[in-house]
Amino acid sequence: MQLWEIKGILEAELLWEPADLQLEIATAEAADLMSDVLTQSIGGELLLTGLTNSHVIRTAEMVDIKAIAFINSKRPDEATIALAKEQGLPLLTTRLFLFEASARLAMRGLTGSSGTIW
Amino acid sequence: MKERALEWNYEIEGRDFRNAGTVSSKIKEILKELGFDPDFVRGVAVASYEAEMNVVCHADKGTLHFTILPEALRIVVEDTGPGIPDIDLAMQEGYSTAPLEIREMGFGAGMGLPNMKKNTDELNIYSTVGKGTVVEMVMRSPLAGEGSG
Repeated sequence: MQLWEIKGILEAELLWEPADLQLEIATAEAADLMSDVLTQSIGGELLLTGLTNSHVIRTAEMVDIKAIAFINSKRPDEATIALAKEQGLPLLTTRLFLFEASARLAMRGLTGSSGTIW
Repeated sequence: MKERALEWNYEIEGRDFRNAGTVSSKIKEILKELGFDPDFVRGVAVASYEAEMNVVCHADKGTLHFTILPEALRIVVEDTGPGIPDIDLAMQEGYSTAPLEIREMGFGAGMGLPNMKKNTDELNIYSTVGKGTVVEMVMRSPLAGEGSG
């Protein structure tokens, strides 16, 4: 699934532009605990999260996450957005809650890394 | 790879959450530029970031010494801080002494040291309570292992 499709499904807004909307995203993960993201046990290319501090961007960088979607209309501060832009990491924000955002993406065919969504 | 060591030294400031991760970011950049395997680079970056965050979260200050040796990578993180009274306990998944502000940032779940172990071939921790901690991590690159069979 490409990033523009994800943006549409989540009715999301891009937090910095121009981001690569044709970016291919094969899997997603949802977490507020960066410790879990760092263990890579859930491993996805898109991270859905309600956390907005700069460590979310740093964590994403370390584990090669390709894009982040903030849920519940959350948005990081300008410095955090600038850090993501510097790394070329697209950021989305959606008014949807975590479950709804995850469910919408799963219903449209995006899967997790363990292959248990079908 | 050339038969000489490449080395880098970085300072890490305790409690400087805004800059936390910059050192590991540089290490990742270096390894990517040198063409190491992406999965290997990710593991090194994760281990380095966990160690760096530990200094930022728990210590006053620290240094990260990164060496690329012909047969392996070595990261030594040395800090001035409270030290770890019981290393075996600290190695247990879920054990954490992190304060609330660190947990609110999504860290402090007690996964740091176990995750460093998972992403390294060797993990050695030396600590003196009231003085500080030294964490040594050795990671053997998949490329470096090819010749040794």
